[in-house]
Amino acid sequence: MDDYVVTVQNLVKHYKDVKAVDGISFSVNRGEIFGIVGPNGAGKTTTIECIAGMRRADSGSVDVLGLDPVKDSLALKRRIGLQQQESEIPDRLRLWEAMELFSSFYDTVLQWEALLKQLNLWEKKDSFYSELSGGQKKRLFVAMALIGDPEIVFLDEFTSGLDPQSRISIWKLVKELRDQGRTIVLSTHYMDEAEKLCDRVAIVDHGKLTALDSPSNLISIHGGHTRIQFNVGDVFDGESLSSLKGVEFIQNSDNVCSLEVSSSSAIVEIVKQLDAMGQGLDSFKIEAPTLEDVFLNITGREVRD
Amino acid sequence: MKIPFIAVSKSEFILYLREPSAFFFTLIFPLLLMLLFASMIGNDPFPEEEFGYVDFSVAAYMGMVMVTSFVMALATSMAAYREKGILKRFRAAPVTPFSILAGQLVAIFAVTVAGVILLLIAGFVFYDLKFFGNFFEFVFVFLLSSASIAALGFIPASLAPTARSGEVIANIMYFPMLFLSGAALPQSMLPDLLKNISLAFPLTHAIRLMQGVWLGGHFWDYPVHVMVLAGFILAGLFVSVKYFKWE
Ligand SMILES: Nc1ncnc2c1ncn2[C@@H]1O[C@H](COP(=O)(O)OP(=O)(O)O)[C@@H](O)[C@H]1O
Ligand SMILES: [Mg+2]
Repeated sequence: MDDYVVTVQNLVKHYKDVKAVDGISFSVNRGEIFGIVGPNGAGKTTTIECIAGMRRADSGSVDVLGLDPVKDSLALKRRIGLQQQESEIPDRLRLWEAMELFSSFYDTVLQWEALLKQLNLWEKKDSFYSELSGGQKKRLFVAMALIGDPEIVFLDEFTSGLDPQSRISIWKLVKELRDQGRTIVLSTHYMDEAEKLCDRVAIVDHGKLTALDSPSNLISIHGGHTRIQFNVGDVFDGESLSSLKGVEFIQNSDNVCSLEVSSSSAIVEIVKQLDAMGQGLDSFKIEAPTLEDVFLNITGREVRD
Repeated sequence: MKIPFIAVSKSEFILYLREPSAFFFTLIFPLLLMLLFASMIGNDPFPEEEFGYVDFSVAAYMGMVMVTSFVMALATSMAAYREKGILKRFRAAPVTPFSILAGQLVAIFAVTVAGVILLLIAGFVFYDLKFFGNFFEFVFVFLLSSASIAALGFIPASLAPTARSGEVIANIMYFPMLFLSGAALPQSMLPDLLKNISLAFPLTHAIRLMQGVWLGGHFWDYPVHVMVLAGFILAGLFVSVKYFKWE
């Protein structure tokens, strides 16, 4: 039996004349890391805010843990945690004071001391909020989203503006949260992040859901071909490789030969052929398609434009 | 510590004390002003009266503390909270709007009481301040006045979209009230026209009522003041319940 913690049907939300979300439907399984990806303005934040009881949808239905996010908003907020893309706490509140304050809103809480340690903020616990760097603020809001021991954690653009090291440590934390049995719904416009982290990814563009599947399925269905590149001498006949099964010649320029292959056995054939031709395998590169390619193929645009 | 609004009011109170200008203008400035005038005028009884300048004006300085905290501080801080997304962060937590607003009010009321206590201590210690009224009756009119000024402050606090606009509206409300209602200057120094204009402000009624009871009158002697103050409470409640904006 399916165990959905979030079910969204035909969600529509306008801001004045902007149609931010235009009929989105999906469900989130208990215990998965569910990613909502898409470029800025795609409608990710609005979707999350409608699910988390922060906004009332214009039409459509949203069910979260059997609750209506608008009518049962308080009951729902006791069971979820939300890290917002844009929010603040007062400048002159110290971190430990903020954690104590927000802990007082929940019946069951996680130890905030442990959360700050886990998010590398322990040394900052006596600092004012205004003294934190952008990345530290982001991490603080992740910690605050976890205070109430949530069943579902919503993380909206949780790594934008973070340094690579913090990104990696938050990825690790997100996986730990899932392994504890929590469900994570995150949004990001970093495709590599979604690919590495998410069990399933919903691709959103212009307020519409354009694809929803596991990253590997999305890539095998929409990702296109694997690219091969290697260095060659001046007089190399790349065209001749197209005679191999599953190989398509792209170009030969600046002493780099580029090919596309539709199967991994084709790569073996290429290597054999090159060896037979007496051609070295200088900087032989295999570039598998990524979610980035999926987005490009589905929407015809780069994610960041 | 499990009662959200108490936790909110505790942290708001601490934040208030950490805001140097708010701290100065609510807690220190009215005190300095009272001491300045008292040092010039003294507190000897006026001719044919039992009370002197300090006895007469301490209630006006209380009004000044009230209007500074409930109008200036509340409107500016709520508007800034709204603009910066602090209210939004609160709303993501399982806490009712009531807890957040009540927490703010309780904190600001605590600051007001602190400011009033400073005035009283200075009055008793330096100028032999005398109280002629009934203690409980004074507490009642003090609470009524505070609630009324708070309700007035809640109107811009509920509506102002940005910190800047909150400040502007608060200033527009604050300074005329401060100077015309008898808070910073005795009304006897004003021409009749300005005195009449000042009747539009709840602070004028609050100060006259508190002054009356402080000097031995009863609140039922001032039905107009009591009714105007109650009316502002209702108006403020109506506006903030109906139009309060989170972002
Ligand atoms: N509060 C708002 N008022 C008006 N328009 C908004 C508001 N929030 C978002 N929008 C618009 O709605 C669209 C979707 O925004 P958003 O949900 O924030 O997308 P994303 O999170 O994917 O960047 C954008 O065109 C954005 O400009
Ligand atoms: Mg967003």
